[in-house]
Amino acid sequence: MADLIKVGMADYKVGRSPSTLISYGLGSCIGVSLYDPQSKIGGLLHIMLPDSTQARASDNPAKFADTGVPLMLNDVLALGAVKSRLVAKLAGGAQMFAFANATDIMRVGTRNAEAVKAILRRNGIRIIAEDTGGNYGRTVQIDLNTGAYKVKTIDRGEKEI
Amino acid sequence: MKDEFDLSPLQLDALREIGNIGAGNSATALSQIINKKIDMNVPKVAFVPIEDVPDLVGGPDTIVVGIFLRVYGKAPSNILFLMPQKSAFYLVDTLLGKTKGTTQSLDAMDESALKEIGNILSGAYLNAFFNFTHISMLPSIPAMAMDMAGAILNVVLIQLGQMGDQAMVIETEFLSEEEGINGHFFLVPDPGSLGTLIKAVGVE
Repeated sequence: MADLIKVGMADYKVGRSPSTLISYGLGSCIGVSLYDPQSKIGGLLHIMLPDSTQARASDNPAKFADTGVPLMLNDVLALGAVKSRLVAKLAGGAQMFAFANATDIMRVGTRNAEAVKAILRRNGIRIIAEDTGGNYGRTVQIDLNTGAYKVKTIDRGEKEI
Repeated sequence: MKDEFDLSPLQLDALREIGNIGAGNSATALSQIINKKIDMNVPKVAFVPIEDVPDLVGGPDTIVVGIFLRVYGKAPSNILFLMPQKSAFYLVDTLLGKTKGTTQSLDAMDESALKEIGNILSGAYLNAFFNFTHISMLPSIPAMAMDMAGAILNVVLIQLGQMGDQAMVIETEFLSEEEGINGHFFLVPDPGSLGTLIKAVGVE
């Protein structure tokens, strides 16, 4: 049986086939995967916030889109992935509770998704699939043998993007 | 600037006492509504790494019902009442006078009943708190979601995540063994509110 590697909140893991990387219970957080289909090397990052420059203090770069993506990118390249072949998929970015006077904090899911896409584009990485928004949680996993990115929900079943 | 997370044992005790008083009042309120005995444990007051918080309620993919209230006032905070899905269903049965086991999903009426419980618990909690500290704290209307614990906790943790890597949580577990109902009540002060709270209980 292939390895199932857990990725916690504000964390990332990289690996190669036949491992599967999984992250449980994303709300407004985003699960970003990078994958090189030829070498079957990839990574999964679970970010909480869009922008490290807006934060007051943190020693954990994996918490933010702007610092987490480059970190994971370096690691997958170090494992032997080739940058021009890398493709990205992302899921999450929900707004779990609806309030009439939603503050910026409540809309952080949307801002997370935008920040992830911006930093991926800046690094010249193609985004080939996305499942973001809504008001429900997601568990995401990427199978490094096939590159299949599965998104599980409670009421909306499971899909592959 | 003094590190906010650098609290003395005495200060942690003071926060625990705040939690105790608030939770005691809430437990009494809940007990009166459902007319059953409600037990509670001694509140846990702890700084935990943000990524470990979902484990307090059984892991990030455990299905829970969460009732969320934003608290305004001098010490802005978040309140989150989390129940395992089954507990929430039993609670609805009890509240609406149905046979235990009837509720298998939540309709608008059920959600409204659960939100009201969130309202009452928070009101009782904050009231006790006010009597003790004279810090007035006003809860927003409650919002509810049934989903993965990790996803629901995100809402609270995001705000803390902007300030640091640790979350200060005051947590109490409510339990009615007879009814098979249990729930976790979290008061999570915003960073910056902690100082106000500690000053209010008179330990500097």
